[in-house]
Amino acid sequence: MSVAGPVDPGEMGGGGISACPACVAAPSAARIAAEAAAHRDARLILSLPQAHCAVCISTVEHAMMAVPGVKSARVNLTLKRVSVEAESQVTAADLVQAAAGVGYEAHELDPGLLSATETDRQGRDLLMRLGVAFFSMMNVMLLSVAVWSGAEGVTRDLFHWISASIALPTVVFSGQPFFKSAWRSLRAGRLGMDVPISLALILASSISLFETWASGHHAYFDAAVMLTFFLLLGRYLDHRTRAVARSAAEELAALEVPRAVVLRDGQEVTVSISDVIVGELVRVRPGGRMPVDGVIVDGTSEIDRSVLTGESLPVYGGPGGVVSAGEVNLTGPLTLRVTAAGKDSSLHRMADLVAVAESARTKYTSLAERAAAWYSPLVHLLSFSAFGFWMWKTGGDLRYAVNISAAVLIITCPCALGLAVPAVVTSASGRLFRKGLLIKDGTALERLAEVDVVVFDKTGTLTMGAPQPTNLADHPGPAVEVALALAGASSHPLAMALAEAARAAGIKPARVEDIREVPGYGIEGQWKGQRVRLGRAGWCGGQALDVTATYLCTGDGKPRAFTFADRLRPGAEQAVADLRRQGMAVRLISGDVEGAVRDLAGRLGIDDWVAGALPAEKAALVAELTGQGHRVLMVGDGLNDTAALAAAHVSISPASALDAARVASDIVLLGQDMAVIGDAVRISRQSTRRIRENFGISALYNVVAVPLALVGMATPLAAALAMSLSSITVSLNALRLK
Amino acid sequence: MEILGILIPVSLFLGGIGLLAFVWAMKTRQFDDPEGDANRILTKDYDDHPKP
Repeated sequence: MSVAGPVDPGEMGGGGISACPACVAAPSAARIAAEAAAHRDARLILSLPQAHCAVCISTVEHAMMAVPGVKSARVNLTLKRVSVEAESQVTAADLVQAAAGVGYEAHELDPGLLSATETDRQGRDLLMRLGVAFFSMMNVMLLSVAVWSGAEGVTRDLFHWISASIALPTVVFSGQPFFKSAWRSLRAGRLGMDVPISLALILASSISLFETWASGHHAYFDAAVMLTFFLLLGRYLDHRTRAVARSAAEELAALEVPRAVVLRDGQEVTVSISDVIVGELVRVRPGGRMPVDGVIVDGTSEIDRSVLTGESLPVYGGPGGVVSAGEVNLTGPLTLRVTAAGKDSSLHRMADLVAVAESARTKYTSLAERAAAWYSPLVHLLSFSAFGFWMWKTGGDLRYAVNISAAVLIITCPCALGLAVPAVVTSASGRLFRKGLLIKDGTALERLAEVDVVVFDKTGTLTMGAPQPTNLADHPGPAVEVALALAGASSHPLAMALAEAARAAGIKPARVEDIREVPGYGIEGQWKGQRVRLGRAGWCGGQALDVTATYLCTGDGKPRAFTFADRLRPGAEQAVADLRRQGMAVRLISGDVEGAVRDLAGRLGIDDWVAGALPAEKAALVAELTGQGHRVLMVGDGLNDTAALAAAHVSISPASALDAARVASDIVLLGQDMAVIGDAVRISRQSTRRIRENFGISALYNVVAVPLALVGMATPLAAALAMSLSSITVSLNALRLK
Repeated sequence: MEILGILIPVSLFLGGIGLLAFVWAMKTRQFDDPEGDANRILTKDYDDHPKP
């Protein structure tokens, strides 16, 4: 499952709706349904990141329809996806190829993980209630204007009756989200934001109905529907923000379709990872990720374990070697005997570590929850004391006292408060989304604003995991020419980086014959009658250095080491500088060897670094910093970072990270560029300030209006004015975010 | 003031039409792909696969 951010039980700003436990459980149910459906008629979904125009739609749809077996294809340009209905023999690979044929990059998405339906249904439901509330607010408001401008006697009663017939059904229909959530929190013994809201709606409607029936002067129908409308608007904004984040996060997860190539009866069969059984043989091609834990039975290769351990140097893997799910096979094809698959694999055991760290994470109380905690009791207290006072003062005039207490509830009702947080969060996360940051968790922005220490992982986070040679110029010309000739024949990442750099330097390859790759060791060939080798230090008869390097031996003298440094992620330097400028301590913790970490820390100017850290040590460091009273931002991508990501106050991971790491983090970096992290911190601080300002604005309105209501001077007109003015002010203030 | 007896029902009726149109648009999922719909009117090929 992709989105497992801490569920926010807050009652304000839509917590009660989108944070229901069923929504979290829904994706798995949808997945089961989708898998069941897959057997009949295939429904394939591809992501089309480049689609942007009218021509793209028709080009892609025509290309898909041209594939034999495809029944229909429909591009959704908003989501940048194409969904294809096809007979079961059509595979996603065919469609990806068809899209590539007309010039569009396409990626298969796992339809089971795209549970858009449940969120969609909720969103439509809210929008429907919002539409109804809007309709009746406008009508009731027009009728109320007549009353405010002095309609008398029968005319006023008529207007009140018509208002009642519009407003009461609206409150019953549109107010349901509040009533349900209020009932839930009452049963849990709490006073959430929705309890005073519901009370105000019910009290205002019933007292107005009574007044209308008794031909009274004041009816609050307009206030009741306006309250419903503005609060629903806040709910809807909040829901939209969450839905966008959820669908983007689901798309990231759905991009990794978990499959394994299993050897069954001598045949290679591609199956889902959940169907792999312990003891089976699994084939992993070069460049592929290990789908399961296993022991190598056939083939030699080099294995990149950086996502698990942070080591940037590939290790040798041959028969008898143990591999874990998530590692990348670099050079030769491997056949594994499965020792653990699915839930038991080390990938999943690491996920348990995350669960432990998450339960240890102190539950963050959002600003809205903190505001609600003192706000709700205060509102009830004010309303009831007004009721009591006027009962005593008027000598038991129940009608007057209830009127006053309803007016107090309406005036204090958190129209502006309900909008204050969702408006700011929607505005801020929309801005960050355009910059390439996906905010997965509702309170992540607030937490990001409090951060004072930033801990970075190295491999794959600050660096791209793509090496570049550092000492090409130190070697004599012929040596580099031979190295280029050998490296050009391999698809090993070090060899490819070496060949690319040498070609860029204008070096021509030497004439080397009989080149062959020895998987797991290197490449060898014949040069001027001598055997030349490029590969591991041991294979070349030399000592390995403590930095990433490949070794060239030409038969004479010591092997030459071509050293590599990881390429920095674009914007990494700027991000570190930005964070420093904003007064944060920056630390680096990596599972890689000391030399590589020291080198990188020097390049970025980070003094505080740790090398060779185990996953548990990373989490321990974060916990220790937290214990010292720091708020830690963890930025990491590997499986070895997941526990630390979950333990940190707030965490960021790049989109290239493993699913487990993305699930554990609150914010996902969608693009390559890391410079946006500095921006994100700035925007989050700004938005927290806006939220506080908005609370201040609505408090100010209350300070002015509540005394009026308490002494019985709040007319429906005053209530309507206070409500709409404060709501509009907070929305405008939210939009000021830059 | 008798005119109110006509005007108020008329205005409510017109507003109601708007509300029904909105409900219908919601039910038929007209808001699923606003960007795509805006672009689709520019394509020349006849859209013979409208959304279900």
